[in-house]
Amino acid sequence: MSAFDELYQEIIMDHYRTPRNTARLDHIPQTLAHENPTCGDSLKLEVVMGDGEKLERVRFEGKGCAISTASASLMTEQVRGLSVAEARKLAGSFIRALRGEEPVDVLDGMGDLVAFKGLSSFPVRVKCATLAWHALLVTLPGN
Amino acid sequence: MMGPRTVEDVRRDFPLLTRRIGGEALAYLDNAATSQKPREVLDAIRVYYELSNANVHRALHTLGEEATAAFEEARKKVQRFLNAEKPAEIVFTRGTTEAINLVASAWGAQGLKEGDVVLLTEMEHHSNLVPWQLACARSGSRLRFIPVEANGTLDLPKLERSWDPRTRLVAVTHMSNVLGTINDVKAIAGLAHRRDALVLVDGAQSVPHFPVDVQDIDCDFFAFSSHKMCGPMGMGALYGKERLLDAMPPWMGGGEMIRAVWPEKSTWNDLPWKFEAGTPNVEGAVGLGAAIDYLHGLEFRTIAAWEEELSRHALQSLGAANGVTLYGDSPRRGPVFSFTLGSLHAHDVAQFLDREGIAVRAGHHCAQPLMRKLGVPATVRASLSFYNTFSEIDRLVAALDGALRFYA
Repeated sequence: MSAFDELYQEIIMDHYRTPRNTARLDHIPQTLAHENPTCGDSLKLEVVMGDGEKLERVRFEGKGCAISTASASLMTEQVRGLSVAEARKLAGSFIRALRGEEPVDVLDGMGDLVAFKGLSSFPVRVKCATLAWHALLVTLPGN
Repeated sequence: MMGPRTVEDVRRDFPLLTRRIGGEALAYLDNAATSQKPREVLDAIRVYYELSNANVHRALHTLGEEATAAFEEARKKVQRFLNAEKPAEIVFTRGTTEAINLVASAWGAQGLKEGDVVLLTEMEHHSNLVPWQLACARSGSRLRFIPVEANGTLDLPKLERSWDPRTRLVAVTHMSNVLGTINDVKAIAGLAHRRDALVLVDGAQSVPHFPVDVQDIDCDFFAFSSHKMCGPMGMGALYGKERLLDAMPPWMGGGEMIRAVWPEKSTWNDLPWKFEAGTPNVEGAVGLGAAIDYLHGLEFRTIAAWEEELSRHALQSLGAANGVTLYGDSPRRGPVFSFTLGSLHAHDVAQFLDREGIAVRAGHHCAQPLMRKLGVPATVRASLSFYNTFSEIDRLVAALDGALRFYA
């Protein structure tokens, strides 16, 4: 498989074409959107906590490239039902793995997030894939 | 045909153009970011290091004299290239950015007072915007902007009517790196001079495409980079009128820029060395000189004629391509084409084109205020040089169709 095909894997293209858990989040002002000025990407994130201090609903509204859209969509699925501490741990680990600060193989144990393994050949695109996760770290309660 | 030579023949001057990217022939369409280098330039740098390398200006040995001669000869080539009156008006810098920072700092230190205005345009590259933001913050002056019209041009009569009498300097790009617009800098200089304001022209994008005559434009400062015109990176020059450079305080302190140094004070060297502290980029100057010789060898009218044919073809085929929206429609323009493709993000488009061996730029092109005005977060930019071909443009257009289908 070419590096390009590794990057745009089927699972990423699927989440790009039909992103999960998107919504108009008009109650969140644009000033609180998370932005990646070099790409022009912009993302609003909503986290609703449920019983037992678990993340019950995570939704996003954003414009961005295929990688950033798919990453946000996959994230909303992956962190649902986690505790705040678990979500923080997952986000930290995902971001470090993509930045090369942790072996990229940790993605093998992260379900569908393994699709981002191919990103390590495209360092310029790392910030696209991590935007939603940085947004999550800022949005989680207790920050 | 490029004058007496075929384009295929000219392409053989550029070793990098034979590269393959992932099995595909490279189509290099990112020339506004940097150009490729002809063998003449690469050879000149190698020969300089193999035969004449030494530090310049003070060595009393043969090599030092040769290096100094090569360095000062390059300055004369730049002087003739811009048709400046004297070599003393050419200050070597790291590039356009450093040249503009030099003026913003050194001229700005005395030329800008509280309440003064520096007039820019909405199409400036960050390198001709941020230095002025810094200069204004230091002096208490303000920035104002000439608006960009819907077709990507500047409305000069409107500028004349809304002229702010406190304007001390107009800093304007000769050719937009996003829209391709070639601005009438001569008219702007005339307009500004009648109102006692100076004019700086950012020539980073213009010098690779057509001859520049700073005396005809009558600009006060002109900045350009070597690497966009077939020369090496980390090299460029500032042209400034002698009386202005003379009146400006030095910018950076160090060796070469001084005449005499005491523990607590110094006196300054003559122009242009007053602005060239430290060991200069001799290799860069030699390479820039070789690039000027190379471009003169091809002849600018030949370059311009071929680039015009390429531009016509690019505009026609991009204009007719499915999903393409072009930005900038100036009647006078260089071969730079910014566009969006359907609702696709520019980065995804560029990544797909790279798979096809096509190198373009995607993003805000260091012109965030202009992108906001255009209402797009990012565009794809294809920028051409005289060594590009019709078939490379056709490959681009076909690949754009492929990208639409891939991301659909």
